[in-house]
Amino acid sequence: MQSAKDLKEYRAELRESLDNEFLRKTLDTFAVAYRAGRANAFKGIDVKTLIAEIAQSKDEAAARMDELFEEFKKKAEAVGVTVHLAKDGDEANRIIGEIAQKSGCKKIVKSKSMTAEETLLNHHLEDIGLEVTETDLGEWIIQLRHEGPTHMVMPAIHLSRYQVADLFGDVTGKKQESDIEKLVKVARRELRRKYAEADMGISGANFCVAETGTIGIVTNEGNARLVTTLPRVHVALAGLDKLTPTLHDALRVIKALPKNATGQAITSYVTWITGANECKAAPDGKKEMHVVFLDNGRRALAKDPIFKEVLRCVRCGACANVCPVYRLVGGHKMGHIYIGAIGLILTYFFHGRDKARNLVQNCINCGACEDICAGGIHLPRLIKEIHARIQDEEGHPLKSVLLGKVLANRKLFHRLLKAARWAQAPVKEKNGYLRHLPMVFSKEQDFRALPAIADKAFRDLWPHLKPEVANPKHTVALFSGCVQDFVYPDQLAAAMRSFEGRDVAVDFPMDQSCCGLPAQMMGETKAARDVARQNIRAFEEGGAQYVLCSCASCASQLKHAYPKLLEGDKVWEPRARAFAEKVIDYSSFMHDVLKVEPKQFQDKGRKVTYHAPCHLCRGLGVKEAPRELMRTAGLDYQPCNEEEVCCGFGGTFSMKFPELSAQLLSKKLADAEATGAEELLTDCPGCIMQLRGGVEAAGLSIKVRHIAEAVAEQRKK
Amino acid sequence: MSERIELFKEKAKLVSALVSEVASMGEAFEYAMDLCEKKEACQLLMSGCGEAVSDPAKDLCDAKQRKVVAAPNLSEEDFAKLQALCAAKDFDCIREGMRKHLAGIDIGVTVCQGGIAETGSLMLESSDEEVRLATMVAEYHVAVLPKSAIQATSYDLESELAKRLGNGPSYTALITGASRTADIERVLALGVHGPLELHILLLEG
Repeated sequence: MQSAKDLKEYRAELRESLDNEFLRKTLDTFAVAYRAGRANAFKGIDVKTLIAEIAQSKDEAAARMDELFEEFKKKAEAVGVTVHLAKDGDEANRIIGEIAQKSGCKKIVKSKSMTAEETLLNHHLEDIGLEVTETDLGEWIIQLRHEGPTHMVMPAIHLSRYQVADLFGDVTGKKQESDIEKLVKVARRELRRKYAEADMGISGANFCVAETGTIGIVTNEGNARLVTTLPRVHVALAGLDKLTPTLHDALRVIKALPKNATGQAITSYVTWITGANECKAAPDGKKEMHVVFLDNGRRALAKDPIFKEVLRCVRCGACANVCPVYRLVGGHKMGHIYIGAIGLILTYFFHGRDKARNLVQNCINCGACEDICAGGIHLPRLIKEIHARIQDEEGHPLKSVLLGKVLANRKLFHRLLKAARWAQAPVKEKNGYLRHLPMVFSKEQDFRALPAIADKAFRDLWPHLKPEVANPKHTVALFSGCVQDFVYPDQLAAAMRSFEGRDVAVDFPMDQSCCGLPAQMMGETKAARDVARQNIRAFEEGGAQYVLCSCASCASQLKHAYPKLLEGDKVWEPRARAFAEKVIDYSSFMHDVLKVEPKQFQDKGRKVTYHAPCHLCRGLGVKEAPRELMRTAGLDYQPCNEEEVCCGFGGTFSMKFPELSAQLLSKKLADAEATGAEELLTDCPGCIMQLRGGVEAAGLSIKVRHIAEAVAEQRKK
Repeated sequence: MSERIELFKEKAKLVSALVSEVASMGEAFEYAMDLCEKKEACQLLMSGCGEAVSDPAKDLCDAKQRKVVAAPNLSEEDFAKLQALCAAKDFDCIREGMRKHLAGIDIGVTVCQGGIAETGSLMLESSDEEVRLATMVAEYHVAVLPKSAIQATSYDLESELAKRLGNGPSYTALITGASRTADIERVLALGVHGPLELHILLLEG
């Protein structure tokens, strides 16, 4: 659980996790195996359509939440179930405690329920003198250790067999071997006794089907079957978001949930319970059954225009499985109770601002979670929104306010950058890096060298570079982004060289400014909106066919964030949409629009490998174009391991969490070096700043370049 | 239809289910007898009695008994046949009283009402408490599934499933493979709470 008071304390906790070698190794192995397992499970299935259907059905259910509750209640009560509604966790716990007391239950067995974790149900039941035993193996282990889950589906993934053996040794009073199969048998035997003795069973529910008043539970261990069968009383605790109109809606989710969670086609057991079933331990031979629905902010969420989509979550845990940050620090640091990307969001709604404040900053915005979410939730965007909301509620930190103010004022921003060029002179080395980092950067930033600001910005070079094209076939306006404009103008110049002879007229609107992503990452939504308007205006004037952006992060901000930022604005939303339509990345422009061919390039190019920028491969969904382009341009492209995993830059993220950024970077560089390539190409100057700085700091030999630079060089002259 | 059956077999095997074909219930019972004969009596090893369990947990194991076959959902006639076969082998054969056997029984025999080819899943009507327990307490679950009950996808089974759920108290299970966990170091272990093995017998007709 998250207890850090401020970012400083939180970072100290993160460092502890980074030092936990076992955790790191386990999560690494898991991340790699998971990707393969999931891909295999979804083979031959149209995943995008399935996810879109789930999203739509969950949205409809959320919009009818109250109505579905009434329908479920009516149907379930007709077959002997008592249905309750609790406004918050405390009330849910009190209701369940009272059910136990009224029916004289003393011993409780529980099957896995994230909702019960949310309400901290066990604490309450134990406080009123009941004995509660978790029966899901992972949950039992963490219960015995007095911990919370570190993963929604695999709660004890952070523990080794040796730790479990020691723990079971304490529980049984006998020395245990560390053989996993034997440990599982010990648990089987110990827990069997608990089922036999229990008079109350508590389960969660993955589905509450309104049309029949049925609850559906997915489990692999089958413990839910025993928990709902042996004791004479059964209480199911479910969030209101589990209500679903029909069985079909549930079956549809089952097509995705286990595949997304663990790469299984389906779980071993899917249990459907309608009404008070036969129970031979009950005096009248019938189970006493209750369903307790938990609101805890869900009904309000359903009405929230931005955040209602978090109710689509089916609790598969996949967003953690692919999160590069989770992979480094694990669930106790990447969530409060709910973990991973969805955890960062749910923590704010279910557990409050205090618990969420630091967590929401720990998103690198790589988009890996959104890419696989079974409910199609726009996770990174919502995390940013929560960050902004917390700042609106608590007051924006000075640093963030200043950044927002500067970015929203292009002239001031560019004056400051130019002034910085003079200020850096004493620390600038010949090789283009800063010798000593400026005072604002702490020692922790040493893992990469930072580039100096270029002598001449691209905007100052532009008048000399502007090409004369007599009969243009294509008209392009360049969006440079701050980094290419002021640090790496050569990348843009290279992109322009690679258009030569192809009838491309190029323009560079001078009034363009920062894309606004850094402001949005810092929670400065208003500033992000201001720069969006400014850029749209700047590009409307020339009327070019394409807005070409050879920075993946900027491109994805222009294309996806602008229409969202200006949504609902009668004047600006259509303008933002028209602008977004024109945005294209460098590789797609070369490959899809200019349709370059091998004969235009030299063959026998250097051996290169590739880093796929998050905002290109996922943000814009551009996967093949850069790889095809490298091959077409005659480069000897060697695929790199984990090519689409984030390099750790994440803009301001790498400043805020240098330790995490450094780890991601070193993994990335090791993978690139392992290909034996001379050059590492990518198409985002942010990634280049990170990767090149890392190569420089570590003294590696691989050269990092923008794909445009390599392609321009391969042109047949 | 035969493609559907092949797919069912393929998918069930992927989750470690053991799939065979039988021509009649009699053949299915022979299979169960054979299985029961070859396996060790349940309380000896597989359920954890051989492990270093706590003293109270060990008490459950002490009631050492004869091998037990439970078959709670057979017709009277089929149950009588199975009972006769068990008697010949000196196994206990029961159709109720599963709560007295929570330490474990050897074989649970059931007849299933439906199957899903795309996942190799069984649909088992479990409203009878004895069925739920027999299939969870047993070390081996032997499930007889008529080939004709196999549907292609879960959607194809939907109307039948919905009918069961909508008709008064009911408890229905979709079962795919043996009980499993990967909670310790993500290493797959079968039989954590339920059966260690699932044997599916595809019945002609």
